[in-house]
Formats: sequence, C-alpha cells, structure tokens
Amino acid sequence: MSGYIIQRCLQAVVVMFAMSVIVFVGVYAIGNPMDVLIPLDAPQDVRALIIARFGLDLPLWKQYLVFLGNVAQGDFGRSFVYAIPVLDLIVSRLPATLELTLAAVIGAAAIGVPLGIWAGYRPDALSSKTIMGVSILGFSVPTFWVGLILILTFAVWLGWLPAGGRGPVDVVLGVEWSIFSLEGLSHLLLPAVNLALFKLAMMIRLARAGTREVMLTDTIKFARAAGLSEGTIVRHHVLKLIAVPIVTVFGLELGSTLAFAVVTETIFSWPGVGKLIIDSITSLDRPVMVAYLILVALLFVTINLLIDLAYAVLDPRVARSRAA
Amino acid sequence: MSALLLEVRDLRTHFFTRAGVVKAVDGVSFTMERGQVLGLVGESGSGKSVTGFSLLGLVDPPGRIVGGSIRLDGEELVGMPLDELRRLRGRRIAMVFQDPMMTLNPVLTVGAQMTLAIRAHEKVTGVAARERAASVLTRVGIPDAAARLDAYPHEFSGGMRQRVAIAIAMTHSPGLIVADEPTTALDVSIQAQILHEMRELSRESGTALVWISHDLATVSSVAERIMVMYAGRLVEEGPTATVLRDPRHPYTRGLLDSLPATARPGQELRQVPGNTPSLLALPPGCPFAPRCVRASERCVEDPEHRVDAVRAFRCHHPLERAA
Repeated sequence: MSGYIIQRCLQAVVVMFAMSVIVFVGVYAIGNPMDVLIPLDAPQDVRALIIARFGLDLPLWKQYLVFLGNVAQGDFGRSFVYAIPVLDLIVSRLPATLELTLAAVIGAAAIGVPLGIWAGYRPDALSSKTIMGVSILGFSVPTFWVGLILILTFAVWLGWLPAGGRGPVDVVLGVEWSIFSLEGLSHLLLPAVNLALFKLAMMIRLARAGTREVMLTDTIKFARAAGLSEGTIVRHHVLKLIAVPIVTVFGLELGSTLAFAVVTETIFSWPGVGKLIIDSITSLDRPVMVAYLILVALLFVTINLLIDLAYAVLDPRVARSRAA
Repeated sequence: MSALLLEVRDLRTHFFTRAGVVKAVDGVSFTMERGQVLGLVGESGSGKSVTGFSLLGLVDPPGRIVGGSIRLDGEELVGMPLDELRRLRGRRIAMVFQDPMMTLNPVLTVGAQMTLAIRAHEKVTGVAARERAASVLTRVGIPDAAARLDAYPHEFSGGMRQRVAIAIAMTHSPGLIVADEPTTALDVSIQAQILHEMRELSRESGTALVWISHDLATVSSVAERIMVMYAGRLVEEGPTATVLRDPRHPYTRGLLDSLPATARPGQELRQVPGNTPSLLALPPGCPFAPRCVRASERCVEDPEHRVDAVRAFRCHHPLERAA
C-alpha cells in the first residue's frame, strides 16, 4: 500500500509540472496584461519601465523559469491589480468558497443518497417517480436561471433571505466563517441550494442506479433468506455496496465545485475564489490566474488520491490487489 | 411434535412476463419429515429452484405463488404477512445458494454478516454475537474461527466461503434448510467434503434438507428420498435407492442413462433427446411426451399421479418394475 502511495505522489508531481507549463503558455496566449494595466497615454519609457519591472520583457521560457524559481521559494508572485502576494489573495478568498462548496456537496449527498436509494428500492412507487422527475429538472435547468429564480422568490417576493453577499462572519481558528451565526447561514442558504441542485440530481441518479442493481443480486436474496429486515439490508448491505461510485463522484464534485463555483458566486456576489478568478481573467491578472489554476490542479490531484485511498477502506478487495 | 415437518400441497408459482404466464411451478405436492434429506433434481428451468424459493416466500416479481399451500409445522406460509415470514426465515427455515461468491457481501467482514444474521432474530450484544458466530463457524469446520471473523469473503477459499454461507443458514438451528445447488460452484474434491459435512450437520441437529441439484449423482449420495421435476411438475418421487435402481418414469430413466458413471468407457453417453420445452408453450397433457420414446396418443391427456408400493410417478406408459 505504501509503495502505491509513493507511486501516486510521483505521478502527482509529473501532473503538476505538466499543468504548470500548460497554464503558463495558455495564460500567455490570452493577451498582454500591460495593454489593460498601463494607461494608453503613458509615455513610452514609463511603459517599458513597468514592463521590465514585472519581468514581462523576458522571453516566455525565461519567464517560466523565473516563475518556477519563485514557486520553489513559496512565492507565486504578486497580483498586478491588488498588488499583494497572490497566495495571500487566494487564501483570503478560500474559506468563503470552501464553506459554500462543502455545504452544497454535503447537503446534496445527505439528501440525494437516501432519496436515490428509496427510488431504487421502490422503482415503481409514485414517490420514486416523483423523485426521478425532479432530478431530471435538477440536471437540465441551468444553474444561473435557478439562481435568479431563487433570488426572485426568496429575496424579492417573500423577503425571507438576503439576495447576495456573505453577510457578517465570525473568526474561528483564524479563519472567517459564516456558518457559525444565523445571519451568516441565511446568507449561505440560497447560494448553497443553488449550487447543490445539480449535485443532488446526480447523487439521486447514482444511488438509484446502484441500488437497483444491488437489489437484484443474490447477496440481497441471501440476506433476506437469513431473515434480515429490509431496513437492515438497506443500511448494512446496500449502502456499502453502492458506496464506491458515490464516493468517487462526491470527491470529484467537491473539487470541481471548489474550483468552479463561478456562476453561483457571481450571481450571489459571494466573495469566493470563483469570483476572484473571473475578475482576474477580465483584468488579465496573470499571476492570479496561473497560481489559481495550478492550485486547482493540486486540489484535484489530492482529491483523486484521497478517493483512491477511500476505495481501499470501502472495498477490501481493492486494498489487496494493490498490496500485491 | 409430530414427525411431519413440511407439507406442500398443489404449489403453483407463476411468472407473469410480457411474453405470457410462465408456470415455473405447476401443482407440486410433497411432504417432509423432520431431519429428512430430500433431493430435488431436474434440468435447468424445470422449476426446482423456484420451488425452493417458494418455500421461503422469496420469489421475485414478476413471479408469485398463485395457489396451493405450504405448511411448516402446520403453519400456513402461503399468504402469510411479509413481516411474519421474515421472522420465520433464518430461524425456522433457511437457505444456502449455489455460489457463495455471489451470496456473501464482498465488502462486509464474515463476522459482520454473521452478526447481522444472529441479530435478525435475537437481541444480543456485539460480543455475544461474535462468540456465537465463532462457535457456528467452528461447527462447520472453519479452523481458527474467532480470528477469521474479521476476514472478508474474498480471503476465504471457495469451499470455506460456502461453509460460511452454511454457517449463516445454520445459525438459528432451523428445522429446514433449502440448499440450492450448494456444491455446484465448488471443486469436485471440495464438493464431496461439503456434501458429507452438510449431511452430518443435518443429522446432528435434526435439520431437514431439501437438496436441489441437476446432478443425480450428488443427490443420490446425500438424499434419502428423491423427487424428479420436469417443466414445473414432479414426475417421479420415492426413496432414492428405488428411484435410481428402478425408475418408472421415462424421464428419470433418461437422466440416469445420461450419467457418465452408468456408461461403459468408450461408449457414447446417451442423452435425453430434444430440449427442455419452453414453459410459455407447453404441449397439452404430459409435457415430456414430445421427447419421450414411449409416448402415444394418450399422452395429450394429463397423466394422473400413480403410486406403486413405495413411490409416486406421473406417466401413462411407465417402465415396468424390475423383478
């Protein structure tokens, strides 16, 4: 097992290197930030001075090497726009996105998996068909539209919840959180629901498909023959048998939501990293883009590794085949 | 307590498929005494497994028991509320399936699965359940049982896995175990062991066995009585020795002739001509008639159950009794 982990970590390093090159070249191709940052009427010598100060006069490969050298010292550069270290900028925005994402993904799993199991357990019941119908809506209705409708309904018409922003935050363990106050939660609720709908639909479908398949197996028949109650069978047999695909999707969704909650964060003016990356693309803030995309790659590599380790816990056969 | 354990009368289990009604079990009647080992043989699709599942009320939709009666210790099981039936399963009637690889849950430890089976019927602490589980595993011949409780099914060999399944079935010392081809998926050497051990266990605990198999040779070595099933019906039933030595139904004869053990070396095996009929389109009268060398016009009428001294059969043109 430890050999397997080492191998995976080496793979991760290669992936990170490849990703940094792709990101660097890609961001370079998008456009020259100096066209946006330097006023058009600035004199030519001032312009050259600024470009040289940011190191943008160097050829691309030299810029990349300088970047690598800095990263090796833990320095991802400074934001052109905010003029503070990029890492600090991203880290300051991360908790907002983190709590939004966790609320959405965990909520989706906590509600979606039981609903999906029910729908798979009783595929012909009216309640199951209703659940499946709603899940199709969750898949097909675009997130931005749902977001706007949520704001319209709960903020504008009913006036129950705030329309956007993060509201007051409490500092716990040196990080700002909204989940520890009622006011903060009220701000979190709508964007979390908005973000969760798609994932909820996906969890329902996954859990249903898995349950339907498992219910037909001899494992379930044998458990019934031993006199186990249906509740015990679902809790102990079915849930563990359908866990592997659900954990996979849970992890990947967690990652992609962390990285790309852009639409929801924009609609609800949620000050997270999604909004940061959109803003930095608009202003061609290269260091932010590069650092952000590389951190996202790191995030996915880490999550994938964790998912693989979770497999070994959930399915002992996996652990054995890897130890061999 | 009377000697009579199980009384099945005119059991009918039909499957309502889109193509039509499949009469998988169509009027099966038999009785079993306590501790008796009954062999149920037939080709694939003859309805022997469905008969077994019907006994536990475990017929999956679109199938259901449409008629007849199953009495266990005088208690009617057909039409019994699901919850009562559940409390019966595993405690008074249990089942062992063909392939333990498919029946044991691959992601739960053996101990966890046995504990679930124990707790399905008894309120016991986790520690007590583990002790029980270990003692049952020891009984079915698993060495170092207490340590093996934390192992997963894939860490056992095929024979050991089937022993675990048997242990789960035996946990509550049921009066009846339905064993559906329990040795078919195993190596031949292991088959013999399991066969022997199950017979011993049933003898020790007074558990009756319904041994379902397509393999006459296996059944004959374990069962006291034998029932031959064809197209959802019993065609011959009697003491194993009598039926094997001196079959009256042409189908039983055909099955016996197709056994390698009865053929001389180098001789081609005789097989029952034709194929199992589709249960959707059974011929009128005797379903075996189209494949039967003794068939006549009379066979379009349903043959009555006939009995001679020791056994029952269902044929217009039975083979003569050997002298």
